[in-house]
Order: sequence, then structure tokens, then C-alpha cells
Amino acid sequence: MIDRENVFARLAALIEPFNRKSAPLSEATTFAGDLEWDSLTVMDFVAAVEDEFDILITMNMQAEIETVGQLVDAVGKLRSQA
Amino acid sequence: MTDALATPDAVRSDDLVPHAPRSRDLFAKFDGLIAERHALLQTNVHDPLGVVMEQVLSPTRAIIKGRETILLGTYNYMGMTFDPDVLAAGERALREYGSGTTGSRVLNGTYQTHKACEDALRDFYAMDHAMVFSTGYQANLGMISTLAGKGDYVIIDGDSHASIYDGCWLGDAEIVRFRHNDVADLEKRLRRLPPDAGKLVVLEGVYSMLGDVAPLAEMVAACKRHGAMTLVDEAHAMGFFGVNGRGVFEEAGVEDEVDFVVGTFSKSVGTVGGYCVSNHPKFDVLRFACRPYVFTASLPPSVVATAEASIRKLGGASAKRAHLWKNSRRLHGGLRELGYRLGTETAQSAIIAVMMPDQDRTVATWNALIERGLYVNMARPPATPAGTFLLRCSLCAEHTDAEVEDILRIFGEAGRETGVIG
Ligand SMILES: Cc1ncc(COP(=O)(O)O)c(C=O)c1O
Repeated sequence: MIDRENVFARLAALIEPFNRKSAPLSEATTFAGDLEWDSLTVMDFVAAVEDEFDILITMNMQAEIETVGQLVDAVGKLRSQA
Repeated sequence: MTDALATPDAVRSDDLVPHAPRSRDLFAKFDGLIAERHALLQTNVHDPLGVVMEQVLSPTRAIIKGRETILLGTYNYMGMTFDPDVLAAGERALREYGSGTTGSRVLNGTYQTHKACEDALRDFYAMDHAMVFSTGYQANLGMISTLAGKGDYVIIDGDSHASIYDGCWLGDAEIVRFRHNDVADLEKRLRRLPPDAGKLVVLEGVYSMLGDVAPLAEMVAACKRHGAMTLVDEAHAMGFFGVNGRGVFEEAGVEDEVDFVVGTFSKSVGTVGGYCVSNHPKFDVLRFACRPYVFTASLPPSVVATAEASIRKLGGASAKRAHLWKNSRRLHGGLRELGYRLGTETAQSAIIAVMMPDQDRTVATWNALIERGLYVNMARPPATPAGTFLLRCSLCAEHTDAEVEDILRIFGEAGRETGVIG
């Protein structure tokens, strides 16, 4: 198991290059609302997350993930299954 | 709560149905789009998305706003739309079988003409099975949503055509995307999937926005290594690629490895309709399981008769293929000499995508081209990859050498006028 803070820190580093507005990051930050990401940005970012954690986040799963916190949960769950 | 609803002051005098909530206009979500269209129409003489072909003179020429225009934005790659044999076949079927079937393929909508068209496809591809759908869009919807069920995985390229995405949404499978045309990225994702899960990888021979070609040999090999079935959409390659015109999968030498090939009649074939061909022994069961095949009317007999005649001619059309390659290379090289930025380093297909700096200059240049009698396709996000604006040119085997030179002259004038080239 990897802990929450570790996952959040690694995700924050991955978000950084896509965070053009320098929006403050917390678990409550939303991808569509706060970060204003379009579908192309989401696709690049998801690929980066998948490669960082060696997991797959299916598009079905992505549809359910709105906040950074939800992504932390999803990564934790997928890592523990891997 | 009934009490609250009955309170008289909640009733507005103009309410016909007391207490009914005021309806929210479902069109409000389109206000941005409406404003954008409005702005575009205010600043430009012509509307790139409102072109009407008043007369069609040939596969390469039409009258638009009263002016004879060279068509460089159709998918009529092989120029079959006015082929005398194709027209004769359609006219005969129209007279003999009537204007339409009024029914599904699995009920009253399969005529001799539909069977003959599927025979032509089986011959063209040298495959055991062929199934004709009413459009290519429906072929992808049907194949993807039916083949991959709950618990299965569909693995798609990020730049896939809308019909492939929509096929994914229609089905119950898990959807995984890989980076466009990236073999290593595909393989990485295949490796992370459960080894015993059902997997369908969907690829395209030619990607229609930039006209780039998929590395099918490497991709199909990766799929085989991970036990995935493959479906290749050859919409923009059929008729043009490979010795027999079957598509990129023929040219790449993976004909025996690909499980399903999807295609359309709306491009090289020159009419409308879609299909899937396969050697899978159980393929025909899809005729009963595939909803976009079952729950829609079959194509009119005249349409499938023209498709059959066209497909039979496309198999041996190597002279036309050679001329289309010549046209594509000349246009690519010429546009580059003029100083345009193009979507691919070399001419990879009959689609040459001119990369534009922004929406305003895209529309302005499109207008400058049409004013000089040249029609191309304008493409913009979200249809295009990476938020790019494109003027997409697609060549036809019937464009003459002189027409291609004319096209280049017009592109030179228009680009200098709008400042896109020096
Ligand atoms: C890659 C691809 N697949 C499928 C289709 C759909 O074909 P049709 O026009 O027959 O619906 C298209 C056409 O736009 C396409 O580009």
C-alpha cells in the first residue's frame, strides 16, 4: 500500500505542467471547474498518471472522477489491486 | 408536498397548469455555439459550414454560389460517383426493385442486391463473411458495442473517429485509450489488462484529420502478443492502399492477423453505407445480435447496386491508385514549397492537412479559397487533434495534373492575401 499523502504529492507533480492558471491544489480541486481542463488535457494527464503508477484508469472510471481527492482514492484502489 | 403546492400565492396568473415548474429551455446549453456561429457569419462572406452544391458537374467540380468550383474537400478518392457502370447498375436496380426496402435487413429488407453487394465485398477482401450496414458510422457502433460486452475491454486510439467513441459508449465494456499511433503506449496498456479478459483493439488505417497512417504491422503484432482481437477501420484507405485496394492492413502485410475490417461506401466507393468483413467462423451471428444492424432499415437497392458495381471495379483500379498517389505527392510538395505547414512530413494518404494558426485566419483563408473557386474542408476542435485548426484537402483520382497546378496557384494567392504564407 502507498499512503494518501504520497499519492497526492505525486499527482500534484503530474498536475503541475497542466495547471496553466496556477489554481491552488487540494483534494477538493475539480478538474473541469477549477483547473478548467478540456478533454484533450484530461487525456494527456490520465496517460501520465497511468504510467506513473503503472495502472489503467478506464474511461468509464474517469467519468466518475471529478476531484483530485477522488483520483487519489481511485489510484490507491487500483494500486492495491495491481 | 401537497400542502405547500396548494398555497394560492404560489400560483402565477399566467400559469395554465397551476404549480407546474417553469420549464427550463434545453437549448440554453447551445448559446455559446449560437454566438460563435453568429460571429463567424458577421465577419465572413461565405459560411464554411453552410456550403450548398447547386450543381455537381463531376467528381472534382461543382457549382457553388453560381461559380464553378474545384472540389478538394470530398471523400470521393477514387472518383466513382459518375462512373457509367456504377450509374447504370443503380438505375437498373431502382427500376427493378423500387426506391426503398422499407424494412430491416433481418426482416423484409434483404434483397438480391444486398446479397450481391456482400458477395462483392467478400471477393474484394477474399474473406469469408461480409455484413452491410446502413452507414459506416453504424458499422462501428454495431461492431464495437456488440463484440465487447460487460467485463471485456475496448482499447482505442485517442484520435479515434467519433463513430468509434460512440460505439464504446453504446456498449457495456471498459474503455481504455492509448496515445495516438504510439505502439509502445498501446503495448504498455495491453500489458496492464487482466490476461484472461476479452479484449478488442480498434485501429484506423488512415486517420482522417491529419491524413497520417497507423503503424499497423507493429500494432497488430502487439495485439497478438497480448491475446487481443483487432478491428481496423479502413474508411479513408479502402480503394487506395494495397495492391488490391483493401486498405493499409493489406499494404502492411497483416491481412491474416486482423480479425475485423470495417469500412464505408461513402468515400472511395462513392455512395452511402457501411460494412464489416471477417473470417471469424461465427461472424454471421452478429446479424441477429447487433442492434444498429437490426433496428434500422436497410439501404435502398439502388444504393447497394451502385456499391457492388463500384467495389467490383475498385479491385483492379491500380492505374487510378497510381494517379491518386501522384496527385497527393504533388499537392503535398507544392503546398510545402509555398510555405504552408502540413500535418505530415510526407504525403502519407490522399488527405493533406494544412495547419492554420488560429480560427480567424482559418476562416479567412477558407473564404479566400472559395472566392477563387476552390473548396476544401475546414476542421477545428474538438474534431481535430491537439486543438488545431486545419484546412483539409482530400484528393481525387480524377483530379488532372492541370487541376492540381491550379489548386496550388489558388493556395498561393489565398495564403498571401490572408498573411498565412509570405
Ligand atoms: C474513420 C471513419 N470511420 C467511419 C466513418 C463513418 O462513415 P459513414 O460516412 O459511412 O457513416 C467515417 C466517416 O466520416 C470515418 O472517417
